[in-house]
Amino acid sequence: MISIPESVEDAIVNLLRLANTKLPEDVGWALEAAASWETNEIAYSQLGGIMDNVKKAEFMGRPMCQDTGVPVFYVSGKFDASIEKSIRNGVRRATSEIPLRPNTVHPLTRENPGDNLGDGMPVIHYTPTDDDHTEITVLPKGAGAENMTKLVMLNPADGTAGVKKFIISTVLEAGGRPCPPTVVGVGIGGTSDMCVKMAKEALLRPTDHVNTNDDERKLEEELFTILNASGLGPMGLGGDSTVLRVHIKTAYCHTASLPVAVNLNCWAARRATVRIMKDGTSRYGQW
Amino acid sequence: MITIHSPADERTVRNLELGQVVHIDGTIITGRDEMHMRALSSKNVPKELNFATLFHCGPIMIRDGKEWKAIAAGPTTSARMDTMEAEMIERFKIRIIIGKGGMSDDVLKAMKDNGCVYLAAIGGAAVSLAECLRCTGIEWEELGMAEAMWKFTAKQFGPLVVAMDAHGNSLYKNVGSKVNRTIKDHS
Repeated sequence: MISIPESVEDAIVNLLRLANTKLPEDVGWALEAAASWETNEIAYSQLGGIMDNVKKAEFMGRPMCQDTGVPVFYVSGKFDASIEKSIRNGVRRATSEIPLRPNTVHPLTRENPGDNLGDGMPVIHYTPTDDDHTEITVLPKGAGAENMTKLVMLNPADGTAGVKKFIISTVLEAGGRPCPPTVVGVGIGGTSDMCVKMAKEALLRPTDHVNTNDDERKLEEELFTILNASGLGPMGLGGDSTVLRVHIKTAYCHTASLPVAVNLNCWAARRATVRIMKDGTSRYGQW
Repeated sequence: MITIHSPADERTVRNLELGQVVHIDGTIITGRDEMHMRALSSKNVPKELNFATLFHCGPIMIRDGKEWKAIAAGPTTSARMDTMEAEMIERFKIRIIIGKGGMSDDVLKAMKDNGCVYLAAIGGAAVSLAECLRCTGIEWEELGMAEAMWKFTAKQFGPLVVAMDAHGNSLYKNVGSKVNRTIKDHS
């Protein structure tokens, strides 16, 4: 494949187009797996409708969901301060070119600038590394799932049982609102802000990611089983597929603290990454 | 397969049963948070609100020459409109609500009292659903693309599941009682 150097701004437009129109393959596989064990007729047809829509969106080059969310960016590698301007310009252009729904508003006046920008928008997280390339990942986050986010500061005595209880009730009490089957991102530990950040970062993992920490992996698997046996089902209409995956991310915390955060992703668990090489060429993927 | 012609009459919606899968032919208007607030605080409202099929949706629309075209139009979370919907149903005799995730007991009661059903669309199936819609106009455009009231003519719009009927029954409540057992088991 021949790559022609392109600007960061162009790369952002392409990245947002990829993320919004094409579901990552691993999420597609997870949906197919869910359909294979689904015994509820309504649930099965909901999953069928979802997969039908995913194919149409990719084929027609349209956003798979009208809620194109707010784009959350993760920038790593080598970059300088100019990257923020390029990302903002890319978001503005993508909003009219793809198009994306203009979603950002002032929190109190609800005034909408129409370009998905505004103070603090888009959200950009930076991690400088010693690499000589830049990697930008976008997570378009719809409000249906984002609105179900919860953080709790448990007592250390609540232990793993308390953590489990909080995750189960958060996912199940959300009902059909976050568009299940969802991907469940969990942050455990850190400080309050870090905990919520980890819960969202957990959603960047592909659904076939294997947690290398045995305790965390076992907890993920246990929660996956419990949540899918709950009967909530796709769109909360009943069935055997409530979650596609549970991802847990942990960090050390204060000895007096046990923070837990849950951040959900709808079935349209969109993400895409671009790696911009030293020579200005770009490689796109949904790894 | 059941096709409902919209605007629907009370008898049609009262005959629908939980779990039935239906499609809609006819008129559909969209409305979410801001549209509800505007409709309930305005003296003059668009006539299409009366006996409407109200779709909780903030679509992505593009200008196609002179006309507007929906390119993505899936349901939004209905629960955000919980506190306003009962009054909407009473005041405008909304016959059909299309959304996702279901609505509160107050809304369920208003649906029973006034003759209205809640149909669940597939959340996120925005391209498939947009393909069933032809835009006929817009009201309250100043509310913005997501919040304005869009007017559509639908053809075989669906599939939609009868999730809350006009007799006080709700699929979400039935599912909820099972789901609550799991929550209880781990508390």
